[in-house]
Amino acid sequence: MHSSERALPSLSDLETSWPEAIYAQFRRADIRQVGYVPDAGHSRLIALCQADPTIADVLLTTEEEGVGLVAGAALGGQRAALLMQSSGVGNCVNMFSLLCNCGIGCMILVTMRGEFGEFNQWQVPMGSITADVLRLAGFLTYRIEHAEDVEAVVGAGCDMAYDGDVQVAILLSQRLIGPKQWTK
Amino acid sequence: MMLDRRDFVRRLLADRGDLLVVSGLGSATYDVAAAGDHPLNVYLWGAMGGTAMIGLGLALARPDRRVAVLTGDGDMLMGLGSLATIGVKQPTNLAIVVLDNAHYGETGMQPSHTRAGIDLVAAALACRFASARTVTQMEDAAEIRKLLHAGAGPLLISARIREENVPRVLPLRDGHAIKQRFIAALHVAGNQDRN
Repeated sequence: MHSSERALPSLSDLETSWPEAIYAQFRRADIRQVGYVPDAGHSRLIALCQADPTIADVLLTTEEEGVGLVAGAALGGQRAALLMQSSGVGNCVNMFSLLCNCGIGCMILVTMRGEFGEFNQWQVPMGSITADVLRLAGFLTYRIEHAEDVEAVVGAGCDMAYDGDVQVAILLSQRLIGPKQWTK
Repeated sequence: MMLDRRDFVRRLLADRGDLLVVSGLGSATYDVAAAGDHPLNVYLWGAMGGTAMIGLGLALARPDRRVAVLTGDGDMLMGLGSLATIGVKQPTNLAIVVLDNAHYGETGMQPSHTRAGIDLVAAALACRFASARTVTQMEDAAEIRKLLHAGAGPLLISARIREENVPRVLPLRDGHAIKQRFIAALHVAGNQDRN
């Protein structure tokens, strides 16, 4: 069979629309700045933020820049969120002290690497300690395995982060993100 | 002839009006405090390498206000990538003043990269800053002060200051208090500007 005739994998709307669910919660929570290092797992959400004139999308050279961005936004009266891979969490550790010291509300969405079906073992050491690192750095840390939980968990996390001035991290499991989006 | 850091910063922040100021950890924070405590100062005591990015987040959140980042060469070098990030966003209301003594003053005056000729002004220009320049003369302070208030950003000023440790002037250190005081002052002063 010619490749163009091959049937597309049948995925439910739910399985493919979780980035839209996160974006809808960003809008509901009035998040106005989003910092990110480009990432395949977050690519759809990044595109949605870039297309939204009410959100300043900030391309970072390293994830720790985003921590400063969130603090500056909060000082100026805006809510900011960060998107990163699990590897990026390791780049942020000292900078996270800024959020604790100043009581800055922050939501980080972390696409996991180094777990379910990971082909690259270089991702495993950081991926396997990401949740513990976040907890040690003061984050309330939650994990999503199933697409149907995205809306509720991200929504609740945004409320806790920005109404309560606490730091919230939500880990999006590699099983949720799926291998399809990794391979190029 | 290198600049006296305290005198230079005092001149930059004279009659500051509603200028928002973020100071990098160590001597830059002491210099800003010595120029006169102000509720619109964000004093950093840590988060090394993050000062310029805090300035960017603030500048994006409040395009109606001017933001000045004052920091040392060590902090700027640790956050060198943030020059590229700022260059992408092109905030016209952001100015960075690097108080450059080419040394790490807090840790015993070890030489920094700028001591070896690494050029922060050239780096800023390469990162598409609207303007960047080196200042070595105190008589230029008045012009730099005007740039902080009205120059088209992003701007970077490398102020060549003397390599000396001056007495510490210690401002507020409680981060929650610094944040709350800043937000309260900004809200009162700029409430009518918010959408």
